[in-house]
Amino acid sequence: MVLPDAEAAELIRVEGLHFSRGGRPVLTDVSLSIIEGDFLAILGPNGSGKTTLLKIILGLLKPDQGWVRLFGRPPEDFVERELVGYIPQKATHFDPLFPASVREVVAMALRSGRRRISRPDEDTAVRIALETVDMIEFWNRRIGRLSGGQQQRVFIARAIARNPRILFLDEPTTGVDAENQDRFYDLLGRLNTSGRLTIVLVTHDTGIVNKHVNKVACLNQRLFFHGTHDQFCSSGALKEMIAGGHHLVLHRH
Amino acid sequence: MDAFFEYAFLQRAVGAGVCIAVACAVLGVFLLLRKDAMIGHGLSHIAFAGIALGLLIRQWPMAVSLAVAVVAALGIMKLKESAGFHGDTAIAVCSSLGMAVGVILASISGRFDASLLSYLFGDILAIEPAEVVLSALMALAVLVITAVFYHRFMFMTFDREAAQAAGVPVRRLDALMSVATAITVVLGMKIVGILLVAAFLVIPAAAGLQTAVRFKSAVGIAAVVASASVVVGLAAAYLLDWPASGTIVVVSFLIFGILFLFRRRA
Ligand SMILES: Nc1ncnc2c1ncn2[C@@H]1O[C@H](COP(=O)(O)OP(=O)(O)O)[C@@H](O)[C@H]1O
Ligand SMILES: [Mg+2]
Repeated sequence: MVLPDAEAAELIRVEGLHFSRGGRPVLTDVSLSIIEGDFLAILGPNGSGKTTLLKIILGLLKPDQGWVRLFGRPPEDFVERELVGYIPQKATHFDPLFPASVREVVAMALRSGRRRISRPDEDTAVRIALETVDMIEFWNRRIGRLSGGQQQRVFIARAIARNPRILFLDEPTTGVDAENQDRFYDLLGRLNTSGRLTIVLVTHDTGIVNKHVNKVACLNQRLFFHGTHDQFCSSGALKEMIAGGHHLVLHRH
Repeated sequence: MDAFFEYAFLQRAVGAGVCIAVACAVLGVFLLLRKDAMIGHGLSHIAFAGIALGLLIRQWPMAVSLAVAVVAALGIMKLKESAGFHGDTAIAVCSSLGMAVGVILASISGRFDASLLSYLFGDILAIEPAEVVLSALMALAVLVITAVFYHRFMFMTFDREAAQAAGVPVRRLDALMSVATAITVVLGMKIVGILLVAAFLVIPAAAGLQTAVRFKSAVGIAAVVASASVVVGLAAAYLLDWPASGTIVVVSFLIFGILFLFRRRA
């Protein structure tokens, strides 16, 4: 366990989470704390419950036992939804013929908030968000015509346009080629350090444990490790999970 | 063409028809993208049972039909959510049941006559002034709902989970869309009839979806195609002495066909 730093705010807290599906446990006694400024990678093989954990944190699924606090509130009472951004695992699996421009995809989130937003403010927010992810030149392109990596960057723009404090990404680099993956992680690193955005990234790819990540959690139904990047590299957590017969994709950076 | 607009009933028909057609078209864009193309077909058959019930209990058939359709729309939504039916199964089951119950009720009430036929095939030219006002108001209500929730509907249609995490109340909006669909189906029934109202929800929307790059243009094109179908269809029906309902739907199909030639590539 990482002891919460007295200075930084705890944005997310999860205690004693249990969740099962069809009589099979998916998560067992998972506790986790996410501190402002973290770039947390949640690692685990396919089927280890990563997506389920994110959905429980965000209130899309209800746990059988245990509790979640988002900014100090349980998910069902947490109305300040602009504070969190979420890019689901299947974000790029939308209908490829969906008629929406990149601009419309970013604006749909801005305009779904609690407060009304004027057209000039919307224009500014969309432009800044698209410039941040380096996709402004594609603003009028139909979203289905972009590559997987470009779509993911547009979804990041959609999330950050609302000025969130924390961003959850579920396997965002599946279908993104190696070169663009680095570029993608650099973007997340920039958002984390200069944008002061807390990032939680879920993946089965341990290649992510790179220079940008500062906390690591290993999940396989239970939480095997939760600590800083340095502690992770010197611990046997990775070997332990692999020894358990679970296939993690390993490549060194 | 001056003579055309002299006929009050034609003016009424055009006014009500355009309002209802636009409501159908706008809603249709969302329904097609939600892979819910058959909901209009299903609800129209259930609305038929409502009409037959109205005729039997001698209440205003449109109102009874509206109540039945709204309940059925919410029921279908629940069935799809909970029972784990595959795709369109819930709709197919409910629509067959609707037709069956409708036939029985109509037979009991002894009303297998012209008034029932007018609901099956539509009777826009017989539309009453009060019905015009009511239909236009309800169509307007549906349009206001879609305008107010436009971005939320788009967001949840595009990525339901991201929308939900962003605070969009997806379940309540599902219910709202179901109710709006039920209303437009019952209204549309008045113009093109039970057997053709599904076409109104699908053809203009499909025309918009195949042509547009942006969501806003898809909605706009669908609305224009729908209005044009009503105006041109009624004019053609009047000039050729063809049935209005069939002519309107054929015209909308022709416009769809023309736009198909200009469809978006890639
Ligand atoms: N809707 C569901 N119905 C039944 N089982 C599910 C469902 N969703 C997830 N599971 C099960 O829960 C486990 C964890 O799934 P998931 O959270 O998606 O894992 P991960 O994201 O780590 O790949 C898997 O074994 C999966 O089979
Ligand atoms: Mg997953």
